[in-house]
Amino acid sequence: MFYHALEIDDGKCIGCSRCMKICPTEAIRIRNGKATIMEDRCIDCGKCHAACPADSIYIKQDDFEKVHEFPHSVALVPAVFLGQFPDDIRVSRIYAALKDLGFRHVFEVESAVDVYVDVKHRYARENQDKEPLISSFCPAIVRLIQIKYPSLVDNIIPVKAPLDISAMYVLKTLTEQRQVPREEIGLFYVTPCAAKIAAVKAPVGEKRSIIDGVINMDSLYNKVYRKIKEQGKGYSYQALSTPQLSADAILSTLTNGERRICLAKRSYAIDGIENVMDFLDKLENDEVEGVEFLELRACDQSCAGALLSSENRFLCGERMYARARKAAERERNGEVARAREMEAYKDFLVENASVEPVQPRSMLTLDKDLAKAYQKLEKINKLKSYLPQVDCGMCGAPTCESFATDVVCKQMGMTRCIFYQRHLERLNDITRQECLAAMNSVWGNDPIGDANPPEVK
Amino acid sequence: MHQEYTVVEGDFVNAGTASSSVKKTLKQLGVNPQIIKRVVVALYEAEVNAIAHAYGGKVLVDIEADKINMVVADKGPGIPDIALAMQEGYSTARPEVRDMGFGAGMGLPNMQKNVDKLNVTSEVGVGTTVEMEVNFV
Ligand SMILES: Nc1ncnc2c1ncn2[C@@H]1O[C@H](COP(=O)(O)OP(=O)(O)OP(=O)(O)O)[C@@H](O)[C@H]1O
Ligand SMILES: [Mg+2]
Repeated sequence: MFYHALEIDDGKCIGCSRCMKICPTEAIRIRNGKATIMEDRCIDCGKCHAACPADSIYIKQDDFEKVHEFPHSVALVPAVFLGQFPDDIRVSRIYAALKDLGFRHVFEVESAVDVYVDVKHRYARENQDKEPLISSFCPAIVRLIQIKYPSLVDNIIPVKAPLDISAMYVLKTLTEQRQVPREEIGLFYVTPCAAKIAAVKAPVGEKRSIIDGVINMDSLYNKVYRKIKEQGKGYSYQALSTPQLSADAILSTLTNGERRICLAKRSYAIDGIENVMDFLDKLENDEVEGVEFLELRACDQSCAGALLSSENRFLCGERMYARARKAAERERNGEVARAREMEAYKDFLVENASVEPVQPRSMLTLDKDLAKAYQKLEKINKLKSYLPQVDCGMCGAPTCESFATDVVCKQMGMTRCIFYQRHLERLNDITRQECLAAMNSVWGNDPIGDANPPEVK
Repeated sequence: MHQEYTVVEGDFVNAGTASSSVKKTLKQLGVNPQIIKRVVVALYEAEVNAIAHAYGGKVLVDIEADKINMVVADKGPGIPDIALAMQEGYSTARPEVRDMGFGAGMGLPNMQKNVDKLNVTSEVGVGTTVEMEVNFV
């Protein structure tokens, strides 16, 4: 139904519930001692992945061997990828390693940022009535708005991400300029996060993506780094042509990257999903006026702090800044013609960069039928008055409120609440066996095991 | 479904408590987002007025399956001329309130625009009651 890149490995999950407590959309429950993700609520932000102490939440990727299936395999890499590497490793070296790993072409996705920005500006000019316009750059944010802030979906700028524009461009140049048949071309996106994978596998506002495979940035980093170490210092390599991203393009994936070049009189750049939710709550109430543009990113420090970044977010960010400063210097000195590369296909790209408007899919709505939703809400409110409101999580839901909602909407038993159990015990309305069964349905059979209890005075 | 909230004079920090909570309830019910927006905007304006112009008060919300009824009742100076107060741009907001971004004289007109029924009653020296109703369909 909804594609998700995040999955839980039951074999590794220890049922500790850290992920459940941190999930910003309350999408995780504990059942039989394991965490489970509710598909319709998950936005692939990856907070759970970062919080898991057992490394049990993984991000699905395509088999790397697939790269060898195409004579013209293309690595579409984000600028943060280069930001992963220590300063003493040259870019040409990284590219050579990618080539040795089986990629015939390497292309930085931010090459399309100039086209992307152009399309955004055009849209902004024609849609002032939809202000504040919200960037669709971060796919986790788009999904967050769909499920939690449905009234704001029309504010999202319906434009493809730089990745998709780059993919279109690469296809066009290979098929038209170099006459390579489409089936010989494999487009592989090196992703810094789970949300981008979900966006590729199940794009919002598009039928399907033209990307053939997804590779996780952390695993590719390991492969490239190992290759470079293997080859040693004196290794002579034939470099692919290295990229000439504009300073704007390099900075675009960092916080303020879009905002600093937007044309709005008043705009905000907000990173970190909690911060974004705080702001959207206000925005939805019409409490913030006169805002024209919003750059919202799920990760702290935007893509430099992405889930699959192996490098510290600040170190990675500063490397990108250093690179951008050099690029800006070259631009000032007139050493590079900016963004000429895509010029030939610019009209085609601009024309094909729009997507359908984003549709809401509210997770909060209790029932499609308002009268039924009303009845459910009444029941939930009633149940809530029996619950302690301590949000202990022992029932396997993150809050008393979400538990009450589960009880009503999924017809679960109330006895999973330990406070309610005690209440029933006092009334002699529940047996010890029933209590245990309820606990086991959440935490699995005897989570403590057979260990002899320690002596406690 | 009945909800009650207290608003405190001068407590701009917590302005919007009632409207935020009502918003959540209406989302759970699956009320059309545009209608939710109208409810939230109107209730927020009424809340702010009780905070800015009066000495605080109570918000009483009743939600049914097809409509919401909201009453914001305050103890305060009252409104001597309601018709005048309803005019766009009319405001007696003190300078410190204006400094906080309020006082454009658009609150009451905004309520009028966003709700299906509005009833303002007031007694000078006693207080003001704003009653609003919005239909869900
Ligand atoms: N609850 C109230 N108690 C006393 N006077 C009020 C109350 N509500 C409104 N008024 C009077 O009516 C005037 C107009 O109210 P209205 O909400 O339209 O504008 P405002 O509050 O002055 O500015 P804005 O709402 O645009 O920030 C106020 O300036 C005030 O004199
Ligand atoms: Mg007002």
